[in-house]
Amino acid sequence: MGDHVELFIRSVFVENLALSFFLGMCTFIAVSKRINTAIGLGAAVVVVQLITVPTNAFLYHYVLEEGALGWAGLPDVDLSFLGLVTYIGVIAAMVQVLEMVLDRYFPVLFQALGIYLPLITVNCAILGGTLFSVERDYTMSESVVYGLGSGVGWALALIGLAGIREKLKYSDVPDGLQGLGIAFIIVGLMSLGFMAFAGIQL
Amino acid sequence: MRSTAKRALFEPVIDDNPVTLHVLGICSALAVTTSLLPSLYMALALTSVAALANTAVSAIRKVLPSSIRIIVQMTIIASLVIVVDQLLKAFAYNMSRELSVFVGLIITNCIILGRTESFASSNPVGLSFLDGIGNGLGYSVILIIVASTRELLGSGTLLGITILPTVADGGWYNPNGLMLLPPSAFFVIGFIIWAVRSWKVEQVEKPEFRIHEVHRTEAL
Repeated sequence: MGDHVELFIRSVFVENLALSFFLGMCTFIAVSKRINTAIGLGAAVVVVQLITVPTNAFLYHYVLEEGALGWAGLPDVDLSFLGLVTYIGVIAAMVQVLEMVLDRYFPVLFQALGIYLPLITVNCAILGGTLFSVERDYTMSESVVYGLGSGVGWALALIGLAGIREKLKYSDVPDGLQGLGIAFIIVGLMSLGFMAFAGIQL
Repeated sequence: MRSTAKRALFEPVIDDNPVTLHVLGICSALAVTTSLLPSLYMALALTSVAALANTAVSAIRKVLPSSIRIIVQMTIIASLVIVVDQLLKAFAYNMSRELSVFVGLIITNCIILGRTESFASSNPVGLSFLDGIGNGLGYSVILIIVASTRELLGSGTLLGITILPTVADGGWYNPNGLMLLPPSAFFVIGFIIWAVRSWKVEQVEKPEFRIHEVHRTEAL
C-alpha cells in the first residue's frame, strides 16, 4: 500500500507528465487561456487516463508481451511490435465509448466534457502514460494508481497555468513574447517549481 | 508548378513554422533535446514519418470516405511509426533505448496528423510528399537549435565533442546545469519564438486585453 501512495505522489508531482516529460504540450498551451475550460479538459484527461492506462497494461501483460499468450497455448508468440497500433486503437475506442456512455446516461457531464473528448485521442499525455506504464513494467494495481496520478498531475499543471495566464492579461508583455512566447516562459518557471518536489522521499 | 512545390517545401521552415507559429508537435520532442545526437535521430524519424504519411494519405484521398478518415490516418501513421521504431531497434539499439517512449509518441505528434488532415487529404501526391518534408524540416530546425543550445551550455560539448572545455576537465567553462533540466527547454523555445517574432513582425499575436488603449504612447 505504501508503495502505491508513493507512486501516486511521484506521478503527480515529481514525474509530472506535462512539466517534466513535456507531454500533451499542444493542448496544454492551447487550452490554458481560461480556468473553466482548463478544469473541464483536466477532468476529462483524468477520467480517460484512469481507464486507458490499466486497459492497455492489461492488454500488454495478457496478449502482447513475449510469452503472454501462454494461456492460449501459444507460449512462443511475441506480439510486442503491435503495441503502438493497439494502444492508439484502444485510446480512440475508449474515448468514443466514453462519449457515447456520457451522452446516454450523464447528459450534464457530457455537456461539460463533450467538446474536450475528441481532443484527447491525440493528446500525447494519454499515450505517454500508457507507454511509460508498459516500459516500467507496472503491475495491474500499479498501473491503476499511475493512470490516476499522471492524469491528476497533468490536470493540476493545466489548471495552474490557466490561472496564471488569466492574471497575466493585465500585464504589459513585450510584443514578440505576446501569447505563445510568454506561455512557454511561464511553463518553464512552473516546471522549476515542480522540480522542488524531486528531492522528496516518502 | 515549380513555385508551388518550392513553397510547400520551404514555407514551413520559417514563415509558417509548425512549432513557433502553430504550437504543434512540441509535445514529445523536447525531452530528447538535452544533447544533439538523439535530437538528430528524432528529427530524421519525424521527417520521414511526416513525408510518408502525407504521401500515403494523399494517394488514397479520393477513395477514403470522410467519416472514417481520422481513424484510417491514425492507423497509417501508427504503422509507419512502428516501422521506424523497429528499424531503430535493429540498427541503432542504444539510441532506441535513449529515445525510449518518445519514438512511439510520434504517433500523437500533432504536426503529422495536422498535415495529413489539412494538406495531404486535398492535394496531389508529389506536393504532399514535399509538404511532409518541409514541415519535418521546420520541426527539425527548432529541435536542432534547442538541442545545440542545451548541449553546448549544459555540458560544453556538441555531438559529444568538447567545444568549451569544462572546469572539471581543467578548462575554463563552468557548465550551466539548468540547461540539462526540463525547464530550460521551455525557456529556450520561448526565446526562439521571441526572436522569430521580432524578425517576422506579422506573426506577433494581438494582446487580448488592454487596460487602456493609449498606454504605450503615453509612456513615450
